[in-house]
Amino acid sequence: MGILEVKGVNKRFGGLQALGDVNLSVQENSVHAIIGPNGAGKSTLLNCLVGKLIPDTGSVMFDGQSVLGRTPYEINQMGISRVFQTPEIFADLTVFENVMIPCFAKRDGAFSLQAYNPVRKNRDIHDMAEAILVDVNMQDKRHMTASSLSRGDKRRLEMAMCLVQQPRLLLLDEPTAGMARADTNNTIDLLKEINEKRDITMAIIEHDMHVVFSLAERITVLAQGTPLVEETPENIKGHPKVREAYLGEAQV
Amino acid sequence: MLGLTKKDFGLLLIVAVLVIAAPILLNPFPVDSSMAQFNAGYPDLMQRFVIFGIFAIGFNILFGLTGYLSFGHAAFLGCGSYAGMWMLKLLSINVIPAIIFSVIIAGILSLAIGWISLRRSGIYFSILTLAFAQMAFSLAASVLTPITGGETGLQTSLSDPRILPEFLGGGSSDGGNIPKPSLFGIEMGASWDVAVGPWLWTFNWGYYIAGIVMLISFYIAIRLFRSPFGLMLKAVKSNQHRMSYTGLNTKPYMLACFVISGMFAGLAGGLMAAMDPQVGAERMQWTASGEVVLMTILGGAGTLIGPVLGAGLIKYFENIFSKINKATLEGWFAFMPDGMSDFFVTIVYPFVGKGWHLTLGLMFMAVIIFLPGGLVELGQRFGRLFKRKSATPAGETTPAE
Ligand SMILES: Nc1ncnc2c1ncn2[C@@H]1O[C@H](COP(=O)(O)OP(=O)(O)OP(=O)(O)O)[C@@H](O)[C@H]1O
Ligand SMILES: [Mg+2]
Repeated sequence: MGILEVKGVNKRFGGLQALGDVNLSVQENSVHAIIGPNGAGKSTLLNCLVGKLIPDTGSVMFDGQSVLGRTPYEINQMGISRVFQTPEIFADLTVFENVMIPCFAKRDGAFSLQAYNPVRKNRDIHDMAEAILVDVNMQDKRHMTASSLSRGDKRRLEMAMCLVQQPRLLLLDEPTAGMARADTNNTIDLLKEINEKRDITMAIIEHDMHVVFSLAERITVLAQGTPLVEETPENIKGHPKVREAYLGEAQV
Repeated sequence: MLGLTKKDFGLLLIVAVLVIAAPILLNPFPVDSSMAQFNAGYPDLMQRFVIFGIFAIGFNILFGLTGYLSFGHAAFLGCGSYAGMWMLKLLSINVIPAIIFSVIIAGILSLAIGWISLRRSGIYFSILTLAFAQMAFSLAASVLTPITGGETGLQTSLSDPRILPEFLGGGSSDGGNIPKPSLFGIEMGASWDVAVGPWLWTFNWGYYIAGIVMLISFYIAIRLFRSPFGLMLKAVKSNQHRMSYTGLNTKPYMLACFVISGMFAGLAGGLMAAMDPQVGAERMQWTASGEVVLMTILGGAGTLIGPVLGAGLIKYFENIFSKINKATLEGWFAFMPDGMSDFFVTIVYPFVGKGWHLTLGLMFMAVIIFLPGGLVELGQRFGRLFKRKSATPAGETTPAE
């Protein structure tokens, strides 16, 4: 049994079958990559995992519990964090405030009425936020307003916001898109380290094969909403079905 | 100090000094000078300054932090006034039970209205709050007449029971007169005048009591802005989507914020009843809701001191600026040749006196377009300009051209 078990998930948008009978098993502490051409349904699959969408049929179990019918914040409190394809951050707030908010959510739960004691008195939160900014190498940008960051930095900030919660499962939707090569390599190193040292399981969607092959232990190829193969990186490279999926796209 | 940073404490101190010195600061003109009509330091108006300050502080907690624009806050103000009036009638003429009860009742009403209105956001939220407030207004003016006094409103009267013992403000008559709202015997209307040279300053109990309540409200607002709860409210404004995927339930945050904001409005309403024991349904009308929106935006939404400044400015316009009449203008332009002074009086007249709304409207437009941060932004810009000017001589980097 993996920490995440997706069974028989279907999702239609009107006439479009976005997901067709998807089965996926992600093992604890592994890095599982999901690849596939544009429009394959990768983001839709993640949406079904975090409560943004409810699949038409099928089941999604996280750590033995169903996530279906739960709200996004409940699913996050179960231990799933997600980095979105277009960065979702608190654009009007400072970088430091951005990372403090998930710390509060982790420590105090989905709601807590602490309207009197100031934020700055929460030393533990400050230390956590400080540490994660060092990890993602953004400590010098802590006072910047998040909206003024570069696209790559916004992604790194969003990743920091997810990582600081020490989730059990981290979902990453194209985390290195829009990043410079050097930043991409730093991100790979960061994710590797986090996976190994902090035992965070990861499911990662990525178009950059360099990232995929550096990180993934298992790879699932999705095409037109259906998983074609699930293999180790070594076996996936020359796989005929994978070629076909990507060639099919190239012809369009 | 008081759990605040140096900067916030400084701000609180400035506001405290302004509140304490207001009777002097607002009466800069000698009593019998021609400018005396611009003196704003009379009790009635000063009370309104601080009470509307409280109203705006509370409104800003909702609008400034979360960006949810309520068009129904007058309902909580009016409901606070009614609740306070009933305490003054039934319990005691002492203002303390009246104020406490007005906060509680406004809290309950805002819980009910917030519960429903917060199912929507943006313009739909605004419309829902507006609809509820108009409903409250219509009910107060008609069906609820037994509670609200309908069109005539609610006043204290000789037949009121006031069941508490006399030393707590009970008893229905004061030597055959209707007793006046008081705090353990100190009447809200009691003042003492101090004449210094040609100036006259009036120090009024009611004003200082309301002023202290405003300072406490301001302090609470600072604490709230700096707290984790305040941070979450800013997060609601910034990105609700991210908030829920970060494990935070936005609904109770919004509801708590709405109720707190409504309680501030109730507090302001209760104080109004305490200062002047009468209330009519018009206090709940949508124009009153709109007014607090203007105050907050004019002063600077989301800033701490902005709403207080905005409230002061609008009340000053409403009460002082509106009194400029044709004769005053003619006096001002008298130094000009006849035709010219007539011309200027005709031009300026529509903007002053009864036309004060026109000036206010133009000012509001100017603020929205040029100063989205309101009066506070104006202050900041001046501050920066001043700093730069004083810094230039020291730094010798300016190239000589
Ligand atoms: N909310 C929605 N309503 C209707 N159609 C949708 C919705 N979300 C996704 N789709 C459609 O479902 C299909 C799969 O989209 P999805 O975003 O999952 O693809 P993807 O694999 O993430 O692609 P990309 O690599 O471009 O991000 C697309 O055809 C898309 O247009
Ligand atoms: Mg996608």
